[in-house]
Amino acid sequence: MVYEIIVGGQSHRFELERSSGRWECRLDGKTVNVDAVIPRPDVLSLLIDGRAYEIKREQTATDLHLWVGKACFAVELRDPRSLRSRQKSAGDEKGPKKIVAPMPGRVVRLLVAEKSEVEAGQGIVVVEAMKMQNEIKSPKKGVVKKISAVPGTTVNPGDVLAIVE
Amino acid sequence: MFKKILIANRGEIAVRVMRACREMGIATVAVYSDVDRASLHVRTSDEAYPIGPAPAAESYLRIDKILDVAKRSGADAIHPGYGFLSENAKFAQACADAGVIFIGPTPHSMNLMGSKTSARQQMEKAGIPFVPGTSRGLASAEEGEQVAERIGYPVMLKAAAGGGGKGMRLVHARQELRSSLESAQSEAQRSFGDGEVYIEKAIINPRHIEMQVLADEHGNTVWLGERECSIQRRHQKVLEEAPSPMVDPDMRRRMGEVAVKVAQAAHYTNAGTIEFLVDQHKNFFFLEMNTRLQVEHPVTELTTGLDLVHLQIRIAAGEKLPFAQSDIQIRGHAIECRIYAEDPDNNYFPSPGKITLLLQPSGPGIRRDSGMYEGWNVPMDYDPLLAKLIGYASDRPQAIMRLERALDEYFMAGIKTNISLFRRILGDTDFRAGKLDTGYLDRLLAKANPAAASLSSNERKELEKIAAIAAGMFAVLDPATSASKNGNAANESAIPAARTSNWKQTGRTEALR
Repeated sequence: MVYEIIVGGQSHRFELERSSGRWECRLDGKTVNVDAVIPRPDVLSLLIDGRAYEIKREQTATDLHLWVGKACFAVELRDPRSLRSRQKSAGDEKGPKKIVAPMPGRVVRLLVAEKSEVEAGQGIVVVEAMKMQNEIKSPKKGVVKKISAVPGTTVNPGDVLAIVE
Repeated sequence: MFKKILIANRGEIAVRVMRACREMGIATVAVYSDVDRASLHVRTSDEAYPIGPAPAAESYLRIDKILDVAKRSGADAIHPGYGFLSENAKFAQACADAGVIFIGPTPHSMNLMGSKTSARQQMEKAGIPFVPGTSRGLASAEEGEQVAERIGYPVMLKAAAGGGGKGMRLVHARQELRSSLESAQSEAQRSFGDGEVYIEKAIINPRHIEMQVLADEHGNTVWLGERECSIQRRHQKVLEEAPSPMVDPDMRRRMGEVAVKVAQAAHYTNAGTIEFLVDQHKNFFFLEMNTRLQVEHPVTELTTGLDLVHLQIRIAAGEKLPFAQSDIQIRGHAIECRIYAEDPDNNYFPSPGKITLLLQPSGPGIRRDSGMYEGWNVPMDYDPLLAKLIGYASDRPQAIMRLERALDEYFMAGIKTNISLFRRILGDTDFRAGKLDTGYLDRLLAKANPAAASLSSNERKELEKIAAIAAGMFAVLDPATSASKNGNAANESAIPAARTSNWKQTGRTEALR
């Protein structure tokens, strides 16, 4: 098995084979002595040359996170044979930017109208959760192309509230 | 003794009260709103009844529905917990009228202490030191200006019915007073339906220290030591400890005696807390009385060895306090961290949602009062307090070490929590030196986060490699658990990333081999 794994902007090649009851593992061509078990879902006990690590896995609305101790890494995993996962990596820094709900909540009010110009960091919509009102801000300077948030309705994390272009 | 107690609350405090009931052989009745059917307090109760939709005003604040459940279930007493109806004198009165015991003070004491101005009038009569100012609402801006001139600027305008920072204004100079008074009055009117605003001298960066008292219905009142509650954000407590690093035995005794006087002046019964503001010269002033069990009561339980909920129940059942003031000894040190569902990396936004993974600390000196479990969907409708982690040890430095160890064992995925904030506080030099006041946390948060810079780039590179290996091993060992399964199933269609999951794809490729 071969995977392309991207951590912290750096791509790693990970090769793995199971032979006679143990793992043969190479990271970027270098052999690593690894043993691993999953004691419970989303938790990995990893032994690397005898050093013990407990890794926790979290899938957010947008990213896959792996926690090594107190450090958290966004990880992207690709199978080099899969064309689809390659296409997905096309950059999306430019062009329209979706503003998504960071948490479940209730849309209280809109702070701007469609087609208005906004600055980076300007509040777009107010979402209330746990007795707190929270301004959801624009990630970039631009024009509000579309507002899909409707006051009075509830939203889930990852729901698109507005699009800024 | 009572046979059955209804707990008119939810979350960790409902679970905590039920534990005490079970220990005492008393049956428990839970009430729950529509979104709380799967909550821990319902799962751990003997009986549970629905009381309405998610908004608290339609469920946990509905006196009629709760008393109806009490009648139907045959409960002989009601424990209100904290928040919701716990300081509502009308509720206490309605319980009495319905023939159910309210575990707490009488409606009369609650009314006396409920309004800050009426509490100040009581204290004036009893000769209790309180922050200089008026003990009645201001009739006009002119009166406010005269009083401010006498006590000296800066002054604080406060709503008599206030709480949580609402209807409160800091005034630095005469020219600001009139407009501040008007806005405080209208905010108080809007928030509490009562526009009464009084004035007191502003104590800049005070400490917030409170004293626990217990009073039975036979005239015995004792104090149980102080709690240091200066670490706050937006007037919300974040971390509390007992004893306070600044209070010595003499000051503790003086505060305790004043607290007992306050309670007696209000004819107080059951558990209560007297809050004090303390200035830099260790002068303390009465601030207000909380007529309920406090969130932070565990630190007092650990340092006195008493169970406050057991004692609340015994007092409400008419028993005498089983000890005298001279029997009470403060031993060791306890610190409580309030685990909130909020995102420290995103301006402490609330973070409700599904808990996909929960690893919890235990071991020596660790107490955990929690209302959550793995797989639970934290509702968006209530306060973000999930659990309290309390460390107890023979002294403060050891309590800090224990908590740091326990925080490293604590892990939650699916929602964000403020766990990392406590690592920051516990490791901070000023905190360790006990240099605390109500401005402490804002100052700490304004500084750069040392944790962000603590990894060298080489260390980070090493950890990235570990993460890469882990990602590969997860994919191989657990291909069936696709990422989307861990997300909130109900929202799956709303999460494009989950639909085109790389994990799922990998799993499929593996299956084809």
